[in-house]
Amino acid sequence: MTARLPRGGRRIDRSRSVEFSFDGKPMRGFVGDTLASALLGRGQQVMGRSFKYHRPRSVVAAGPEEPNALMGIGTGARFEPNRRATVQELYDGLEARSQNAWPSLGFDVGRVNDWVSPLFPAGFYYKTFLAPRVAWKHLFEPVIRKAAGLGAAPEGADGDRYEQAYAHCDLLVAGGGIAGLAAALAAGARGERVIVMEQSAHWGGRAPTDAGEIDGMAPDAWVEDAVARLGGMDSVTLRLRCQVAGVYDHGYVLANEGLTDHRADKAGPRERLWRIRTKKVVAATGALERPLSFAGNDVPGVMLASAVRDYVDLWGVSPGDRTVIVTNNDDAYLTAKVLVRAGLSVPAIIDARPAPDSAVVREVKALGVAVHAGRGIAKVLGRDKVAGVAICLIDGEGAVLQEIKCDCVAMSGGWSPVVHLWSHCGGKLTWDADRAMFVPDLDRPPLGADGVGFVACAGAASGAMTTGAALRDAHAAAGGEGEAPQAEDEAFDLEPVWQMPRGAPHKLRSKAWLDYQNDVKVSDVRLAAQEGFESVEHTKRYTTLGMATDQGKLSNINGLAILADSLGEPIPQVGTTTFRPPWTPVTIGTLAGEARGDLFQPLRRTPLHDWHEAHGAHWEPVGQWRRPYCYLRDGETPEQAVHREVLATRNGLGLLDASTLGKILVRGPDAERFVDMLYTNKVSTLKPGACRYGLMCDENGFLIDDGVAARIDEQTFLCHTTTGGADRIHGWMEDWLQCEWWDWKVHAVNLTEQFAQIAVVGPHARTVLERLGEMDVSKEALPFMRWAEGEIAGIPARVFRISFSGELSYEVAVPASRGLELWEALHREGADLGATAYGTECLHVMRAEKGFIMIGDETDGTVVPQDLGLDWAISKKKDDFLGKRGQERTHLSDPDRWKLVGLETLDGSVIEDGAYIPDAGRNANGQWNVQGRVTSTYHSPTLGKGIAMGLLRHGPKRMGEVVKLTRIGKEPVEARVVSPVFYDPEGERQDV
Amino acid sequence: MSEVTVARVGDQGMVLLRGEITALDGVLGAVGLPVPEPRRIGRGGGRAVAWMSPDEALVLCPADEARDVAARMTEAAGDAFVTVADVSDARAVFDLRGPWADEALAKLTPADLAAVEEDEMRRSRLAQVAGAFWREEGGWRIVCFRSVGTYVHDLLDNAVAGGPLAPA
Amino acid sequence: MLILRCPVCGVDACETELAPGGEAHLERFGPGSSDEAFEGYLFVRANPKGVHLERWRHAMGCGKWFLAARDTATMEVLGTYGAQTEAPPADIQSKIEEASR
Repeated sequence: MTARLPRGGRRIDRSRSVEFSFDGKPMRGFVGDTLASALLGRGQQVMGRSFKYHRPRSVVAAGPEEPNALMGIGTGARFEPNRRATVQELYDGLEARSQNAWPSLGFDVGRVNDWVSPLFPAGFYYKTFLAPRVAWKHLFEPVIRKAAGLGAAPEGADGDRYEQAYAHCDLLVAGGGIAGLAAALAAGARGERVIVMEQSAHWGGRAPTDAGEIDGMAPDAWVEDAVARLGGMDSVTLRLRCQVAGVYDHGYVLANEGLTDHRADKAGPRERLWRIRTKKVVAATGALERPLSFAGNDVPGVMLASAVRDYVDLWGVSPGDRTVIVTNNDDAYLTAKVLVRAGLSVPAIIDARPAPDSAVVREVKALGVAVHAGRGIAKVLGRDKVAGVAICLIDGEGAVLQEIKCDCVAMSGGWSPVVHLWSHCGGKLTWDADRAMFVPDLDRPPLGADGVGFVACAGAASGAMTTGAALRDAHAAAGGEGEAPQAEDEAFDLEPVWQMPRGAPHKLRSKAWLDYQNDVKVSDVRLAAQEGFESVEHTKRYTTLGMATDQGKLSNINGLAILADSLGEPIPQVGTTTFRPPWTPVTIGTLAGEARGDLFQPLRRTPLHDWHEAHGAHWEPVGQWRRPYCYLRDGETPEQAVHREVLATRNGLGLLDASTLGKILVRGPDAERFVDMLYTNKVSTLKPGACRYGLMCDENGFLIDDGVAARIDEQTFLCHTTTGGADRIHGWMEDWLQCEWWDWKVHAVNLTEQFAQIAVVGPHARTVLERLGEMDVSKEALPFMRWAEGEIAGIPARVFRISFSGELSYEVAVPASRGLELWEALHREGADLGATAYGTECLHVMRAEKGFIMIGDETDGTVVPQDLGLDWAISKKKDDFLGKRGQERTHLSDPDRWKLVGLETLDGSVIEDGAYIPDAGRNANGQWNVQGRVTSTYHSPTLGKGIAMGLLRHGPKRMGEVVKLTRIGKEPVEARVVSPVFYDPEGERQDV
Repeated sequence: MSEVTVARVGDQGMVLLRGEITALDGVLGAVGLPVPEPRRIGRGGGRAVAWMSPDEALVLCPADEARDVAARMTEAAGDAFVTVADVSDARAVFDLRGPWADEALAKLTPADLAAVEEDEMRRSRLAQVAGAFWREEGGWRIVCFRSVGTYVHDLLDNAVAGGPLAPA
Repeated sequence: MLILRCPVCGVDACETELAPGGEAHLERFGPGSSDEAFEGYLFVRANPKGVHLERWRHAMGCGKWFLAARDTATMEVLGTYGAQTEAPPADIQSKIEEASR
């Protein structure tokens, strides 16, 4: 049984206990514990159930590579699934729950999957659940989803806040082990801006447990000294609990820094996403120990050799009383030293090598530990926890030579450098056959903007596996001057073993796990190879090897070695799967950062926003703007409010906040020439003081924007655009001026936000403006489609006689800061005239009653002005304008194109949004032929019936004809084709 | 912790000037300002002028002077190919002040603040919108479009509420 | 996530401060042009694996368009230059030739 040792544990403070709970059971640990070390210390060995077979699982590792001990942490709005117990720091009140076990961790009915595991080979989903299709939805999927999978998704909104921050540096060091610290010291000494990020809460990595003296100091003392020296450098920043998650093009790096997950006090942001730009990355990310593939290597009590010594040395936890060590290399002998020093028993070291004989081997033998050379484990004895091991010849087929009782197995299959950060942005790897590891191929690094490699691995991450070599390598990687820190080079001899024993038959292979998290075994990969999956990427997806939150940290190399062996190809030829960011999972909240709630996206507000809010605005998003759709008075529905606003405007006085309309000043000696290229009609002939409606098309000829252009003076036009078009059209103008006609003398200045613009609309519009004074707004002084400058209510204003409603209408532009003053004055002076604020829906209804098109309703990026009966606004005289050549294409001048008409149902009902006008017959796909569609449809309060606009083949020639329009779930409705101008076709009301 | 403050500035006037910037000495001189170096802010007579691009400058003055400044520059420009526009109302302006103001701003902009010179105007991004900022009296003066003023104000408040970035 | 130096204002701009504008140095064909020429102008793009001449606007900055020579496979930037030209400047041109050798 696992237990807390009476002494030892360099990271824990035994004088300070911490209370937490696991599956509701109260427990105690120490300050400095991880959740995993605390659970082991309490004798809680089983920490989860496996993904597919629901086998009991304990920790295998002691760091972020842990595949088994995934837990749900926290409750309610702060619950998060799939957190690794090995990296979760303990704090008072921590609540942890096991996952994937039902009804309980101790007794799990899903375990039945394990007993019938031969029924679940690689690709079993694909093979088993082929038919019937209907069974997927109602039977297979719900059952599989309940039985398989990791933690439950949290319910409700995340209760934490997150933030992001940008950082810039010359050198980013990922990893705060001795290699990372040595690299930082080297660069810091030159005064470079250096950031060092370490994913754990401790500097020094494995060195305090594993290394000998550095520069004549004990390794932990050297680490403390190095951190102190770096802390004294102004240009160096050190961050713990900060994972470098991904490396991207041009030195862009994402890292996430944990701020509250390790403590009971959750105030402040939970995590911070760092978005870093660095000239160079040193990935001092260490290496991961590999498991060995023998039968029963997933039974609780089988752990990585390095993890076994970590639990003893760092947390004073015994993983078992009797530990058998199984290895193919020298490094695992360190575990024997640590165990013996802690007073624990090591009955045997089973070493696959025929004649291990290095200093450390001799040292361990001298401690009285028996070394069984040339041997392997045939299988682990015990089902829910380790009871012993059966030993066999490493090169045989698993005939048992001897059984040894133990309650822990420490395994080491060698080490894999963590080359993830090197690989994220395209760095290539090369296979080091002697040490059985992929190392960075220095000839093919990830390239930066200058075409030069910008990532270097350092220390164990680059394959420098001994203390001295790691320090020298890191010093050099950071371009260090002078001597690197000095340390001994330990023995690092290894003989690859990919399957134990090498001749293991299927029975053993089918209990030898490669990927613990996804329940993939040696037999599954062999089967995949046999079935023709030759590519490692395909095998990964077929077997699920190296998927999910784990991404093959432990299983990747072992899996592809088995695949290579099955295919009879060398390992480098089979290659490895692609390492993609993030290194370990990053919670979505961290990626979103501050962008949630009110800050989810920018909301653009007009100068009158607060007034609208206070007066019942029912908001409509228009791009990023918020515009009032209508204003709700007591108890009104939006439909009733729109009805009221339309009638109030048509019969009295309506006021619209039109501030969002684009206002672009086009000015210069070549302004005339420029506006004639932008608009389809001739705008240059406008006289100062006059306005003209114009259309803009893209080079395809499709209509992209419309609005009124006003001529200010000889050299100046003010171009009004749609709300959504302001920035887009300004950018469009700048593009042409900067990139095509750069010799034309024109300035395009976007003044949209400088002005509040208010539409004063209805029969009483002139009256209210006259009351406000001082401008002459009479028909004579300011006729339709003219503009004038003056003062309204004492505010400098430009007044445009333009109408989008068909009523007498003025649009008044004043400096934005005075918009509210004008708006309130209009309401005050217009109160007895029925002054009514109206919203965008009322605007839409009134323009549709008049047959005015709306960009985005009547247009969809495939409509030319000619489709909309706007031929009158297309100049025949101009040699060129943007879109002219496009419109000359045969398809766009095809007489069969759908054209704009009005539509009126015979029963007065409102046509459905998006309704189609079916034609006779069906197409090759058996679908109805279609001859048109509705583009705008409303109830007209003015006319008391439904009105609509639509595009119909040969439409203008079919006036009076009755067509059918689709309705969802109902029979089509009949409508008559009519003129799109439903109201005041002579335009008498606006020109008074 | 919150010794960093965010305050909306109400009295910042701005006049936009378009035209070949190297030829704007006469126009700028009419209001006592020099032609600014690329990305820099020039000062004179209680006003300032920022280089925005090779054909654009932004004159910064008290809000109540903006109309007058615009008029004087328009007059000085005469027939030259120069455009003058009062844009005081098109902007929202904030002061971010305090010992870790740089850290608060670094939560919002990809610009390398350490590389921003004392008299430099940096135009960049503030979270999801465009913005410009320059150093002023122990912090930053920050400008964005008026319509997103509330958004930027909320962003700044939120950045300050999150506390400094210094490692614990 | 690219960094491109805006040749107009000199800022090393992050990709999120820029707006992309597609292939550079397209010749505009207007009324009277052949269908082939117009198709080429509107639709046909080089899309190389290798050095691409492309348009970028420093949208969250000085607002100016500029051009870049960028290797689409390695992300190497051979240079940026002003938009008011019909071909890359000689120094960038020679780098492109060197890179494609």
